[in-house]
This record gives sequence, C-alpha cells and structure tokens, in this order.
Amino acid sequence: MFDQLTPSDPTNISDSLNPTQIKKILETALLTAQDPLPISELKKMFENELGTNLLTQLVEELREEWSQHGIELVHVASGWRFQTKPSMQKFLDRLSPQKPPRYSRAVLETLAIIAYRQPVTRGDIEEIRGVTVSGSIIKTLEARGWIDTIGHRNVPGRPALFATTKTFLNDLSLRTLEELPPLEELGSLVESNEDHEFLPVEQPETQIS
Amino acid sequence: MNPLIASVEPHPVAKICGKSLMEIPQDLYIPPDALEVFLDTFQGPLDLLLYLIRKHNLEILDIPMAELTRQYMAYVKIMRTDQLELAAEYLLMTALLIEIKSRMLLPKPVSVAEDENDPRAELVRRLLEYEQMKLSALRLNELPQAERDFTIVQVWIEKETVMQLPNVHIDDLRNAWVTLFTHAKNNRHHQVNRETLSVRAYMSQVLRYLHNRDQVDFYELFSPTANVAELVVNFLALLELAKELLVEITQPKVFGIIYVRSIDTIRSD
Repeated sequence: MFDQLTPSDPTNISDSLNPTQIKKILETALLTAQDPLPISELKKMFENELGTNLLTQLVEELREEWSQHGIELVHVASGWRFQTKPSMQKFLDRLSPQKPPRYSRAVLETLAIIAYRQPVTRGDIEEIRGVTVSGSIIKTLEARGWIDTIGHRNVPGRPALFATTKTFLNDLSLRTLEELPPLEELGSLVESNEDHEFLPVEQPETQIS
Repeated sequence: MNPLIASVEPHPVAKICGKSLMEIPQDLYIPPDALEVFLDTFQGPLDLLLYLIRKHNLEILDIPMAELTRQYMAYVKIMRTDQLELAAEYLLMTALLIEIKSRMLLPKPVSVAEDENDPRAELVRRLLEYEQMKLSALRLNELPQAERDFTIVQVWIEKETVMQLPNVHIDDLRNAWVTLFTHAKNNRHHQVNRETLSVRAYMSQVLRYLHNRDQVDFYELFSPTANVAELVVNFLALLELAKELLVEITQPKVFGIIYVRSIDTIRSD
C-alpha cells in the first residue's frame, strides 16, 4: 500500500500512513534537502493533512533516534537539518586537505558588534572598536552570507545599516538572535582585574620601562 | 656567488656600522619590525589601552592617567618609526589621554559633584563597551560553526535526471534535430572546403591528439564549435579508428565517462 502511494492517490494520507512511515518520509526529506526544512515545508509532503504538532513530535522523535549517531538532527533558524556532530569534524577534516575558514579578530569583533547591536552602520562599528573598519572585513562577512544591508540611516551620506542574516544563525546552529551567548555584564567587566587568556602573549615590558 | 661556498664560512647574524656581529647580543633591543608583528595583534588604541590596564591591574574606574599615558606613548613611539598610517589612530588617542590628564589637573568648580565631572568617564565607557564586544566576539567564535566545526549532511540524490525526464518530449527532440540540421545547412554554405572532409583526416587528427596523452575524455575529442557535418565525420573517424584497433574506447561505468586511448603498439609504426 505504502509504496504504491502517489500524489494523485485519493485516500486520506493520515489514514494510510502510520507514524513509522511518516517518520521515514520526514527522515528522507531532511537528509536529502539542500537547506533546512521548517515544519511548514515538511507539511507539504502530506498535502497539509498532518498537523504541526504531530509533525513536530515526530521530528523530535527522529532527533532522539539519531542522537546515538555521528550525525544529528538540529533545529536552526530556517528549520530542521541534519549535520555532523562537532566531535566528528576533526576526523572529517583529515579527509580534505584544505583548512576550514578562520576569521581574524577584526572580522570577529565586527561580526559581534553587528550581531549584538544591529542594525549598525560602519560608523557605529568604528565608534566601538576605535579603528577604521576596512571594506574587506565587511566583504568577508557579506561573502559568507552572514550579514547584509537592510537599509540606510537617514543622516548625511546615508550609510548602510548592517544586520545578521538567517544564514548566520543557521551556520552557528542558532534559532534566534536571543540564543547568542549573553553579553558580559558591564559591572563584571569593571570587577575583573585578572589577565584574560586572550591577551597577547608577548610581554614587551622592556620597551615600556 | 655560490651559496654552497658562502655557507661554509661563519655567517654573521647582523652587520652594524659595517661591523659584523657573530652572535646575538644579550641585551638585544627588539627591532621595530618585530614589534610590528606585536602591534598587529592589537585591534586599535582601545585594545592596547585595555591590554595595559588589565595587564598592570589598573583600576578601570580610577585610571592613573599619567602612568597609563606614559606606557601607552611608549608603545606608540615604537609604532611611529615605520608604521605611520597605522599610528594615526593611536596618535589621536594619545592626544585624548593627554587632554584628559590636563583636565584632571585643572581646579574643579566646587558646585559640581566630583564623579559627574570626571574627564575619564567617557573613555571608561568606551573601553568597557569595547571590552564587552571583544569578549562577545570570542564567545561567538566558540560557537560551533558550519564548515569549521561541523558539516551539513546532504544525501546525494540524482535530482537532475528526475527533473529532466518529464521535460523531454519526442517533439522537442525532433525540433532540436531540425534546428541542428538547419544549422549544419547554413554552415555548409559558408564552408565549401569542408565538403572534402575526410574521415581519414579526422582519424589522424584524433590520433595526433591522443599522441602522448594517456587517455582522454570522449567529449574532449569533439570541438564545441563544430557543425553537424564535422561532428558526424569526427564520430565516424573515431569508430573507424576503433574498428582498425588504433584506439580503445572504454566506459568503466554505465552512463559514466567514456574514455578513448590510443593503442601504443600500433601507433608506433
């Protein structure tokens, strides 16, 4: 019965498919999809005859079933997607000689400012960082699809306003901006008097004194 | 200058005022070039100030301006020697630091409460705001990142075939053939000499192409700009070569790439 099911089949989908079969379909769709699939998209496969709750529950069950594998099902901004577990990456990396992209501190700081303070202009970023933001930094982030221009501020020069994209959230496995790591309290920064691990290792004391 | 001979002699580490130094002096002052690398690790004047404050355990809400300015300027001085364009932003900060210090030295009006009038307040606000963003940049970087820390899984499915099959109709094929035919007709008109195309000529052309090549892709043997007549002759030439055992045509996989290889023993004579 199940295998002969075609889109033109007049029988009611929810009657002809049991949960195991639905899960199998969901799994296949999610494994073969190019982009994350939201529940609304998954619904289409069942001609919208299955409820959001049922599908969400079944996708959750699928996630549970895959949890023992090197591949996991995750919920990101644009929907559900299969990805490898981070613990697998170091092994996968050995298969491909090219190094994964790493961003400079300048790029990361710019990204952080856009992520936490969006929408911001280049001027806003420069104000916080105290240095000029080079065009290449913005281009790097745009090329990755992590930021885009969402408008212009109505001031002289009409500078572009930057914001992060859904791709940014997807690529960091986040659903919303609220899931970003919380900002450090300014108060706690005032308290901290210890050296941070990220400070430059070099100790140029000989030049200071 | 033979590099092999030169390396036999003890190599001086540096030449200072024409005198060769054979070993690195103990009290070596690190040259500005080395510092360039060091200063590159700072993301600007705010970053450098924060570093100095955190490193020397200075109280951020009560910065000893004279001390901080002195240390800061020591760095900037080194930087100015050969990185003028980078130093501009740093120099601006120097001016600001000195301005703050001089304001602090001025007597304050009695009426204003002291902390409201602290000339350092704005600098501290900027420093803290920058530090906050700097820390969040690190946190962001710690999040697992697609491609760097995990890979997005996509099972390969043969989408193209599925998409193409229903789109091709007999009519389309016939139309395509008619178009090709018309094209060939048109082309023939302009290339009267091509009438004499001989299969043999193409056979040698193919063989010449295969010469010194291990094996080539079937499609490589056909010029994309050739007209139908040329393609047909080219194809016939290939069949002829195969028939005469001059080339070997293989296809490792069904619907896979077809390879053409010349058979060396026969080619050599």
